[in-house]
Amino acid sequence: MAFEYAPAPESRAIVDLKSSYGVFIDGEFVDTADGHTFKSISPATEEVLAEITEAGPADVDRAVAAARRAYDDTWSTMPGAERAKYLYRIARIVQERSRELAVLESLDNGKPIRESRDVDLPLVAAHLFYYAGWADKLEYAGLGPDPRPHGVAAQVIPWNFPMLMLAWKIAPALAAGNTVVLKPAETTSLTALAFAEICRQADLPPGVVNIVTGAGDTGRALVEHPGVDKVAFTGSTEVGKAIARAVAGTAKKVTLELGGKAANIIFDDAPLDQAVEGIINGIFFNQGHVCCAGSRLLVQESVYDDVLTSLKRRMATLRVGDPLDKNTDIGAINSAEQLAKIRTLSDIGEAEGAERWSPPCELPDRGYWFRPTIFTGVSQAHRIAREEIFGPVLSILTFRTPAEAVEKANNTPYGLSAGVWTDKGSRILWTANQLKAGVVWANTFNRFDPTSPFGGYKESGYGREGGKHGLAAYLKGGEN
Amino acid sequence: MADTKPARLDVRKTYKLFIGGGFPRSESGRSYVVHDTEGGFLANAALASRKDVRDAVVAARKAFPGWSGRTPYNRGQIVYRVAEMLEGRRAQFADEVARGEGLATGDAEAAVDASIDRLVWYAGWADKVAQVVGSSNPVAGPYFDFSVPEPTGVVAVVAPQESSLLGLVSVLAPVIVSGNTAVVLASEARPLPAITFTEVLATSDLPGGVVNVLTGRIAEVAPWLASHMDVNAIDLTGVRDADTARELELAAAENLKRVRRPDPGDEPDWTADQGTARLTWPLETKTVWHPIGI
Repeated sequence: MAFEYAPAPESRAIVDLKSSYGVFIDGEFVDTADGHTFKSISPATEEVLAEITEAGPADVDRAVAAARRAYDDTWSTMPGAERAKYLYRIARIVQERSRELAVLESLDNGKPIRESRDVDLPLVAAHLFYYAGWADKLEYAGLGPDPRPHGVAAQVIPWNFPMLMLAWKIAPALAAGNTVVLKPAETTSLTALAFAEICRQADLPPGVVNIVTGAGDTGRALVEHPGVDKVAFTGSTEVGKAIARAVAGTAKKVTLELGGKAANIIFDDAPLDQAVEGIINGIFFNQGHVCCAGSRLLVQESVYDDVLTSLKRRMATLRVGDPLDKNTDIGAINSAEQLAKIRTLSDIGEAEGAERWSPPCELPDRGYWFRPTIFTGVSQAHRIAREEIFGPVLSILTFRTPAEAVEKANNTPYGLSAGVWTDKGSRILWTANQLKAGVVWANTFNRFDPTSPFGGYKESGYGREGGKHGLAAYLKGGEN
Repeated sequence: MADTKPARLDVRKTYKLFIGGGFPRSESGRSYVVHDTEGGFLANAALASRKDVRDAVVAARKAFPGWSGRTPYNRGQIVYRVAEMLEGRRAQFADEVARGEGLATGDAEAAVDASIDRLVWYAGWADKVAQVVGSSNPVAGPYFDFSVPEPTGVVAVVAPQESSLLGLVSVLAPVIVSGNTAVVLASEARPLPAITFTEVLATSDLPGGVVNVLTGRIAEVAPWLASHMDVNAIDLTGVRDADTARELELAAAENLKRVRRPDPGDEPDWTADQGTARLTWPLETKTVWHPIGI
């Protein structure tokens, strides 16, 4: 039975967009010294939202200098309890402005308002609130009586969870006593710029947080800047490796949160209805633009037909379209470039012999869209089983024994996350133990919490974000 | 006067590599001369090659599932057993360290004693590190969520150059006690105590392949370790040349090895309190979530 839905758009009147934005340095929005500007568009409509500054090396230099001054003069000498109160204040302003920020995020990123409103923004506030409380308790973090911050942190974040990744980076850095220069992704600068404004509302001392917008060149200039003590990056494994090379031979500390190709393992005794919801959440949450997405489904052969039938039925109910519509399940692909990549890899999947299926669904005329897609008949050698697609595309493989499931799950250079579905407790713990993955979701998927360490094995990066582990990454002696 | 007996000629040891629990020569058939600090001849050591690196990494990878799958209690007992075996050969090691490092007997004995005590110290960490760095995470929802440390895998170690036994033990014991397996490149100029130490390892119930020891040149061997795609982490403590360390870190980036950079300044003071840093650097944190419900 098909349900018809009337449009239920969230109003965008709550968002007050400027026509152009400078960079945020030393507490002020300033014009670029040597950069250019570029347009930020809404991926759902291709409408231009604002002109953004592409910061050049001189801008980066100014931002790092401002962060250094703020570190030396203010932030590193301020009592932890006072730093905590700034972070609490910022967390509260985020909560107060959460609807505005959710709408802005959905406009700029293309993700459904249901997710930005119910997942991203609550987690942003939670991260700020959690780490605020650490700022005056650093001596209890297990790193000695007086753990010291690194200094100036360079932070480069991706476009899939723009404001959430900002919070993951800025909250622990500031709590530990570092100052930051953060570069958002070039397609999703707007919530970072809104955060800069929040810092001003909170009277955060100038230079503690600096935001430089731009693309890869800006990020490279920031990471390679000699005035930086700590680098934190979330993004592709390719860029992560370049950063690891860029800091080689320096004293810079690094944490990298990179790509993934997570296995989601369905054993034959799993609660199948819940498992199918988990599969859907695992791969279609945020259009599949999730580094920990459950993009390789491993189904035990005996339940393969049941799972596939149920999965297809559920996929047919997914609503693809306007990110600001409160009934939308899958929004817009973030950029034309990412859409092209998803199309290319999906075409390769077909060319290599896998069978492609998508539910019938209408897509808007303008903007960047991709139907939720599954591939069956996938072998481990197929590129769609090995490479991160970063889109709503699921590769389905089968297994017979638990040992085979683990073997296939671990057969990847990545190791960020994995899922396990079974009703048998001992099998959950055995499987979780065998998996080379930094996060294992058992009978659930894509859960996040500020108290819970997140990060990968192998080529999914190093270091953890979240919890005491994530705090330690911003303190001397706590790099691991 | 035909009944004066000639002085007995001592039987010298052939210093070989230690790979997969066995003692092969370098597949290259090469060796290099090891001198004492006065320049006198001590022995010929095997000059390890790229293929020896390959064999050692294969052995370490093969040993990893079994070793990391042992209980921490068992690994602790085995590392303690290594200390016992070293204690039993204290005089031999004191003699070898004295000759190799040019130390007075008392200083060499102190280094051996400290090595034994360090093994005992790390042995005790086997079943404690998870309680110190692991956590139960109070997430905002109906989930049980916990984080545990796990060994990262195969760890390459460029051992300290000066302190041939105490330095070696201080970098190696913390790597393996948590379940990693190791490929060690011994001190280039002072490799002999490391090789004799493998005789201790071989008689301590340590499974073959958990520790593999190569002797040879940093310039030749270390780049193969740093670029090997089946090595998960590399400890550059023994690399004292900054340019070489940078080159190795660049090579290690290819598969995002965990890198422990050389300590700034001179070789670390191995008699100091070691803290937990050498224990935690080759660990991964795994976080597991499960819903709570009825």
